[in-house]
Amino acid sequence: MGLTYEFDWGVLWRYPYGMWLLKGLGLTIAIGMAAWIIALALGILIGTLRITRYRLLRWFGTAYVEVLRNIPLLVQLFFWFYAGPMLFGETLSRKINHISGLNIWVSIIGIGLYTASRVAEHVRAGFASIGRDQYQAVLSTGMTQIQMYRYVIIPYALRLIIPPLTTEFLTVFKNTSIAMTIGVAELTFQSYQIDADTFHGLEATTGAMFIYLILGITVVKFMNIVEKKYKIQGLVGR
Amino acid sequence: MIEIKKLNKWFGDFQVLVDVDEVIERGQTVVICGPSGSGKSTLLRCINGLEPFQKGDVTVDGVSVADPKTNLYKLREKIGMVFQRFELYPHMTALQNITLAPMKVRKWSRRKAEEKARQLLERVGIPDKADVYPANLSGGQQQRVAIARALAMEPDYMMFDEPTSALDPEMIKEVLDVMIDLAKGGMTMLCVTHEMGFAREVADEILFMDHGRIVERGTYEGFFNNPKTDRAKEFLAQILD
Repeated sequence: MGLTYEFDWGVLWRYPYGMWLLKGLGLTIAIGMAAWIIALALGILIGTLRITRYRLLRWFGTAYVEVLRNIPLLVQLFFWFYAGPMLFGETLSRKINHISGLNIWVSIIGIGLYTASRVAEHVRAGFASIGRDQYQAVLSTGMTQIQMYRYVIIPYALRLIIPPLTTEFLTVFKNTSIAMTIGVAELTFQSYQIDADTFHGLEATTGAMFIYLILGITVVKFMNIVEKKYKIQGLVGR
Repeated sequence: MIEIKKLNKWFGDFQVLVDVDEVIERGQTVVICGPSGSGKSTLLRCINGLEPFQKGDVTVDGVSVADPKTNLYKLREKIGMVFQRFELYPHMTALQNITLAPMKVRKWSRRKAEEKARQLLERVGIPDKADVYPANLSGGQQQRVAIARALAMEPDYMMFDEPTSALDPEMIKEVLDVMIDLAKGGMTMLCVTHEMGFAREVADEILFMDHGRIVERGTYEGFFNNPKTDRAKEFLAQILD
């Protein structure tokens, strides 16, 4: 009977499919890393804006977080991809639409901006867990607001929020799979390609699953090292 | 010289400071005591502009804290402050805690800042703790690092906000000894404290605050032996108990 499914795990490494998966993984890592850099830098900035003394900056920070975290990432990616270039006016948008690999850039920026809103909230939680006298102690030595955040409060808060940041870092890589919807040939996309080419989607998807798992565990291991290195003496933990 | 003139402050509807007047001359040590919630800590924070106030003024060497044109950061460079819970930076060693402000604010070289920091650690009696993180120091040691951190900016004034309240009894003395040494060395000091032994030894003036007002002021002997108000008598009876 022709209905029995014959497993062919060879699609995971046979030419050209193994190559496809590897290329997909490469793109997944590249987009994830780039998006994470945006998320971390912007997230720290926005999180800081949310607690500054300046009302306008606070308002901007809050607006950013609420808009970005309340719209599904998929919708955001579609928006940036289809409508985003138009924000720059007609002539410029035509140029932007001709950029090669535009969808990759859009996914980096889209995932980065979205994740920044989440990082910002963790950063804010970190700030909130530092007592008021600690801020005042820094200022009492003559340091400015910016120096206070730059040298004491942000380094301190980041150390406090390493565990939730690890989760965000992982999520960035997982969210790159959404980029396939705007045609980015990342890992999930490639596993679909293998399915289309060989009808062995089961193996391809399982393969992709394991690759994501290994990638995730690697990130966790890396973050464990970071956590150990930057652990604040005397806080609970190993 | 620090001059406090008709200082009034509200937190919302609640008035925390009421017509506070005081003059602190160079070289003086002034002890402020009073029940909790009487506005002592808030008064200190108004002097270095960490808390805004609504009426009156404070001038430090003639510079007005209330004046919006005053650079408060600059002003704070010459007023060191020590907190009840030490407030050391937990991710930095004792040495790094002390050198941060001189390096970033005064733009000293690391070498110069560290040299100064080691001298100060020597002075507060813990030269061997330079590379230790705050969590691995006892409370008394942490507070002495905090004093060194404030002194590193070479301030003209030092303010202490209940510096021994969070300490075990045997550690109180080691911190007070440092403070007494400072006071005798000519530092101008404002100390919120209930350590009457300290007050007896070095205070030029004692202020007793209640409900945001200075209700009594005088020398140690005057205040301690002859409190004029019932509120002060009650308070003294409690802390000497």
